Amino acid sequence: MIVATVFIIVKLDRLMTAVMMMGFFSLLSSCIFMILDAVDVAFTEAAVGAGASTIFFLAALAIVGRTSKKRKKEKTLMPLAVVICTGVVLIYATFDMPYFGTADAPIHQHVAPRYLQESGDEVGPPNMVTSVLASYRGYDTFGEAGVVFTAFIGVLLLLGAGTRKSGLERPVPPNVKVESMRQKIVLREVADLLIAPVLIFSLYVQWHGDYGPGGGFQAGVIFASVIVLYALIYGIVPAQQLFPPRKLAYFPALGLLLYAAVGIASMAMGGNFLDYGVLMPDPHDGQHYGILIIELGIGITVAAVMINIFFSLSERSL
Amino acid sequence: MIEQLPAIQLLLTLLAAPICSMLRNGDQSWRLATLVSWASVAVAGALLHQVWDGNEISYHMGGWPPPWGIEVVVDELTAIVLLLVTLFGALVMTALRESLSTIMRHQRQSLYYTSFLLCMASLIGITLTGDAFNVFVFLEISSLATYTLIARGRDRRALTAAFRYLIMGTIGATFILIAIGFMYMLTGTLNMADLAERLPEHRDSRVLHASFAFFTVGIALKIALFPLHYWLPNAYTYAPKATTAFLAATATKVSLYVMIRFVFDVYGVEFSFQQMQLGTLLVPLSLAGILIASLTAIFQSDAKRLLAWSSVAQLGYMSLGIGLLNLNGLTASITHMFNHAMMKAGLFLALATMIYRVQSSQLTSLAGIGRTMPLTTGAFTVLGIGLIGVPFTAGFISKWYLITGALDKGWLPVAVLLIASSLMAIVYIGKMIDVMYFKPAPEEFSNVREAPMSMLIPCWIFALLTLYFGLDTRITAGLAGRVAANLLGAS
Repeated sequence: MIVATVFIIVKLDRLMTAVMMMGFFSLLSSCIFMILDAVDVAFTEAAVGAGASTIFFLAALAIVGRTSKKRKKEKTLMPLAVVICTGVVLIYATFDMPYFGTADAPIHQHVAPRYLQESGDEVGPPNMVTSVLASYRGYDTFGEAGVVFTAFIGVLLLLGAGTRKSGLERPVPPNVKVESMRQKIVLREVADLLIAPVLIFSLYVQWHGDYGPGGGFQAGVIFASVIVLYALIYGIVPAQQLFPPRKLAYFPALGLLLYAAVGIASMAMGGNFLDYGVLMPDPHDGQHYGILIIELGIGITVAAVMINIFFSLSERSL
Repeated sequence: MIEQLPAIQLLLTLLAAPICSMLRNGDQSWRLATLVSWASVAVAGALLHQVWDGNEISYHMGGWPPPWGIEVVVDELTAIVLLLVTLFGALVMTALRESLSTIMRHQRQSLYYTSFLLCMASLIGITLTGDAFNVFVFLEISSLATYTLIARGRDRRALTAAFRYLIMGTIGATFILIAIGFMYMLTGTLNMADLAERLPEHRDSRVLHASFAFFTVGIALKIALFPLHYWLPNAYTYAPKATTAFLAATATKVSLYVMIRFVFDVYGVEFSFQQMQLGTLLVPLSLAGILIASLTAIFQSDAKRLLAWSSVAQLGYMSLGIGLLNLNGLTASITHMFNHAMMKAGLFLALATMIYRVQSSQLTSLAGIGRTMPLTTGAFTVLGIGLIGVPFTAGFISKWYLITGALDKGWLPVAVLLIASSLMAIVYIGKMIDVMYFKPAPEEFSNVREAPMSMLIPCWIFALLTLYFGLDTRITAGLAGRVAANLLGAS
């Protein structure tokens, strides 16, 4: 189904439909991640791919228009050759790969056993994914938070959010698409019903990452999608009253700094960067609080970045 | 404190970035960014001092021992690349404020400095790490930051250039990720040292062969090795002013460093060169790249584009040195990595200084600028002579080692081609200097003033460094020689 979806996306001329199909594509991939037992990844893919990025595409479409222009036939031979070569090499490699799911595959033999058997004692959270992500490889995750922040700076620099007057200060032009959605009673009722529970759910995902799938990345995205939904239904102005863009622009940086602050605190307490164990007299407590705070930092950064990007895209389309 | 230095090296710039983004005043964030960059230079110097003569520092992020946690490793090669990134980054940063003042409003400037710092921090991160996946994480930051830096160029062609680079860069990064994934599949570890121990037993596995192929193509895209260089000339030409100087000095060099790390330390010399025959691939392609790119450079009418093509040629020298696979060749690669970063950053900066006054990078508008801006043009000339490789400049040292390396192999034709390419460098650098000094200045630029001090001084520091490293080679060729012996001896 994934392959079929991709073909349809490439062939489609109508951008609107293509965007919808891309959302579908994300949902399918998240199903595949589920089958592969990567629940956390599936969660993120569903929230980011099927949720947030679809909305961003829609917001972008509002700017550029719905259909793509016909372009002159371009040289397709070279890209095709590259794609075929890549595919051949990938297939060539699969012949020597260990069978899917076998216990004696090298990835299950070397580093992973310690994560599986001792992370409960060393780090604490029953969800091992969280231990690996936030503690053993916390430095990588710090880098990932940096990636999200970098993307945010890129969008700000190129789209120029925050430099124009925000929606509050400008008269709203008539006949704006977002405004008209308020009339649709079904949409509004459903949204009213959904917004509060989903907000609470995002907080649950944020704080419950220790025990089940979830954490800062997912929670941030879910939180942001709710705000975006609110903005779509009730218009961008009330949403910006709720989160003034000028102030919101500080939060991605603050989230990243919060993450780093934990690392620096542990350096000040005599440990290495991001060694949460030294933060508290009992290393377990230290790990626990350390992970909690860095997840919060990620959550803040991700949510603020998403909302910011949405605002700056929709400001352009007004 | 001392043992925390590796973490401090990264954190200085990485933390200054978000703080910079929160400052709404462009001047303030420039001051912070410049201060932090120079502090990073000091840290890089301290690290170099610590690892001098072959010591190695290993720092465990999060306190977890490798391979469970992420390790940061500093050896001599790491330290010299760190010095390269921080020193040249700091010099460009110092000149950046004046350079930006004509094209960007104050508030935007803070964001631009943020991007610049993020780019610098991520390059430091890539250099420091001893973990294969961590390389990829910082590669993402550096790519995103670079696209942004380029896309903010003066006209809209910068957007197309950035987009093309984005596509190529993403393909490159994905290939590298696939390569790392395959290695992880075979060994179950991501730590580089650990990988190096565990990979040899899989040397006949097709997964490893595919991994190596993906890595080579991916990193070659990132380095802009001929024939995968198409994004580079446009990206360098349309990137805003002084930024080009920073990108030319650091981004491709750090990618080259990653290639050396992986090819020699992770995959291993024996696997890379005997089994996969990397050398037979690199040598002819590098030579072709050197000649074709030099030839293209000669016919350019835009000064920035000319220098960009010359970069493609010079990158060919570095990959050729790796392909030679002997002591002198590899020494030449590492030395030239440093020297070329210095000279090309200086050249682009001097050019940016001229463009700051005349607002165009066409050779015709640079005519006669030697009389109106004598100091800037002086610096440009010194750096240009260095790039050609005239004795007593830094460029001579690296070319000397490279030609010796080729002769050690008994490859006389290669040495001859290298000398031919130097002659071509004389032609294209000579063409620019000729225009600058001996052509009459166009009417509208006849009363152009000399550039402000904050741009002139960095230019001249680059020029003086080029002369200095032409005479004192202890921290360039001396160190590179030890590193090369180490890399080759590890097999």
